[in-house]
Amino acid sequence: MSHSTISLCELHSGERGAIVRLEQGSGCVGRLAALGFTPGASVAVMRNPSHGPLIVAILDTEIALGRGQARHVQVRRLD
Amino acid sequence: MNGKAITIALAGQPNVGKSTVFNILTGLSQHVGNWPGKTVEQRVGSFEHDGLLVHMVDLPGTYCLTAASPEELIAREYIIRERPDVVVVVISAASLERNLYLVAELLALPFPLVIGLNMIDVARQGGFDVEPQVLAEAIGVPVIPMTATRNEGVHELVDAALQVVRHGPDGEPNRPEIRRDHQEVLMALQTIIAGQVPAPYPQEWVALKLLEGDEQATEMMREALGAERWAAVQAILERHEDAIIAVAGGRYEWIRRMTRAALKRPRAGQITLTQRLDRVATHPFGGLVMLAAVLALIFGLTYSLGGPLQRVIAVQVIGRLSGLARQLLAQGPGWLSGLVVNGIIGGAGTMLTFVPILLLFFTAMGLLEDTGYMARGAYVMDRFMHALGLHGKSFMPLFLGFGCNVPAIMGTRIIESRRGRLLTILLAPLVPCTGRLAVLAVLAPAFFPARATLISWCLTGLPLVILALTGSVASRFILRGESSAFIMEMPLYHVPNGRTIGLLVWNRILAFLEKAGTIILLVSVIIWLLSFLPHGDIQSSYLAIAGKLLAPLGSLMGLDWRPMVALLTSFVAKENSVATLGVLYGVGQDTGALLQALSVAMTPASGLAFLVTQMLFIPCAATVAVIKQETGSWKWALLDMAFLAGLAIVGGIIAYRVASLVL
Repeated sequence: MSHSTISLCELHSGERGAIVRLEQGSGCVGRLAALGFTPGASVAVMRNPSHGPLIVAILDTEIALGRGQARHVQVRRLD
Repeated sequence: MNGKAITIALAGQPNVGKSTVFNILTGLSQHVGNWPGKTVEQRVGSFEHDGLLVHMVDLPGTYCLTAASPEELIAREYIIRERPDVVVVVISAASLERNLYLVAELLALPFPLVIGLNMIDVARQGGFDVEPQVLAEAIGVPVIPMTATRNEGVHELVDAALQVVRHGPDGEPNRPEIRRDHQEVLMALQTIIAGQVPAPYPQEWVALKLLEGDEQATEMMREALGAERWAAVQAILERHEDAIIAVAGGRYEWIRRMTRAALKRPRAGQITLTQRLDRVATHPFGGLVMLAAVLALIFGLTYSLGGPLQRVIAVQVIGRLSGLARQLLAQGPGWLSGLVVNGIIGGAGTMLTFVPILLLFFTAMGLLEDTGYMARGAYVMDRFMHALGLHGKSFMPLFLGFGCNVPAIMGTRIIESRRGRLLTILLAPLVPCTGRLAVLAVLAPAFFPARATLISWCLTGLPLVILALTGSVASRFILRGESSAFIMEMPLYHVPNGRTIGLLVWNRILAFLEKAGTIILLVSVIIWLLSFLPHGDIQSSYLAIAGKLLAPLGSLMGLDWRPMVALLTSFVAKENSVATLGVLYGVGQDTGALLQALSVAMTPASGLAFLVTQMLFIPCAATVAVIKQETGSWKWALLDMAFLAGLAIVGGIIAYRVASLVL
């Protein structure tokens, strides 16, 4: 497995990533996993403003995600 | 099932149209209350179908069935303990895979299931094509296609549910299995807990939940197993702390298998209407502008249309009724006429005059919620709410406070974190409600004839500024704690549904009348009694005595005992201040004469002090009651009251001192 993972926060608007792992500590791993944030799933970033939550698309749904939560989602950049 | 009635539990993730289905089937028979011992809304209703009485329980919408939130616990406890005859789970064809996660969770429980595949129309528009029959065969559970907003398929859904209840499910469904690499661990857990699981919890389900790290299951088994066995369980769990991800992953693998043949996606790169609208709606700058415009529109419409309606009610309904009562009771003792006309009809009248404003306001808010725009508002406001120690989801309930603090505080249920919810509830009374704004609008011209509008705007902004300051201080020093996760679905925009909004508004107004209304009436009668006893003259009544006791405090703000009494009566309903002043200055209902009298009796400085105090003072009794109800104890309600009372007095004194120098 490639070790060049970045956090979801580091993807820019319009970029896509494949989820590699969810880090504990954000307290919401269960909820994220239930929404489709599982290893291998692909996620697209719709909005990544400088402040405030991101909007990502996963499994045909758009989800607003706080930066703190997004930081704990490790992804591999796709193009 | 007894011969004549069955119970259906309705489950589903948020935004799948579950409420639409519930509303169609139960209509006005629905009763909205709370789940016992919780502040989560419970909706139940009943209807007749095919000669059978059907009771339907609308379970809280949840994404999954973990122990992470009260809603999820309520949903799963209900199914496990109350054993409904069948569970109907609503999913949306436009978000099939994610919705099936809840189905996967439900299939882990040994109860009959029927799936309602809703939003077929929306899915088709978005280019999604789902074959219900194929899905049904794959999962082994009936799948009924529906477009609930057009009332299509709902009847057939109930047919299918009844079929399952009457004749039993058609074979075993295809249940999700845990990922291969964790199968042994699961079996090991099952072996250890076998026979020790308290009824009525299914053993296999509990083992799975233990592996997921479920708090409730963990607590339950820690108590049920002996120390030895629990140590064995713990040893296993510690080696597999991330198992929840494996479990979730396994469910999604199952979902992919089930939907492979049944689901056709749209071509990649199609841009939906939702995405187009969101280019503005979620834009850091454009989104704010749009939100400000929408809210300004709501405000403007509500007050410009509602104002005249209020006047009509005040004159035609209340005025006539009071006149009639006065006539009828003219023969009887004076106190009876006073009690009925001023105490009872007055109280009821105050309540009723709120209704046109609330109707318009709630309808507008209902439209925002139903179309899906609310989520965008919360998203756009999130970073500003952070300064207050809150999340974007707190914004809308607080905004509801402009209509009435009561539904605003009840609306805080959408906030997931307990701390965020508590803070929002405590800050909500600082949002100037219709009552306070009415007092401001009526009285400002008495003290500031030339600049009434400017003063009104400033005094409307004042409590909001204080709200922001209080929030940021409180969250930093007092109510510290988890700044919890912000995870919010942004649903597709959709055409608002008249029935949904109608029922939403209906339930909110009913809540206002039931909770606020009865308290307003009660406190109105009490205050009237205090103003009448012991001699039948308000100038010498208990109320006046109370006002005079407070006069020293009032003099710090340039106020004599009469405005102090008006502050006391505003505890019934904020608008009462005006009526009370009218009585105490001897001008009755004549507003013009009241403004005259006030401008003579009080200097602009003391007038300003009064208005400031009015805007910051403790909320009406109904709001206090709801704070107690939603926070679960009197401690927070009383604390809030003390804080606001102190704030009002300090604010009034400062306003008076500063204004005396300047004006």
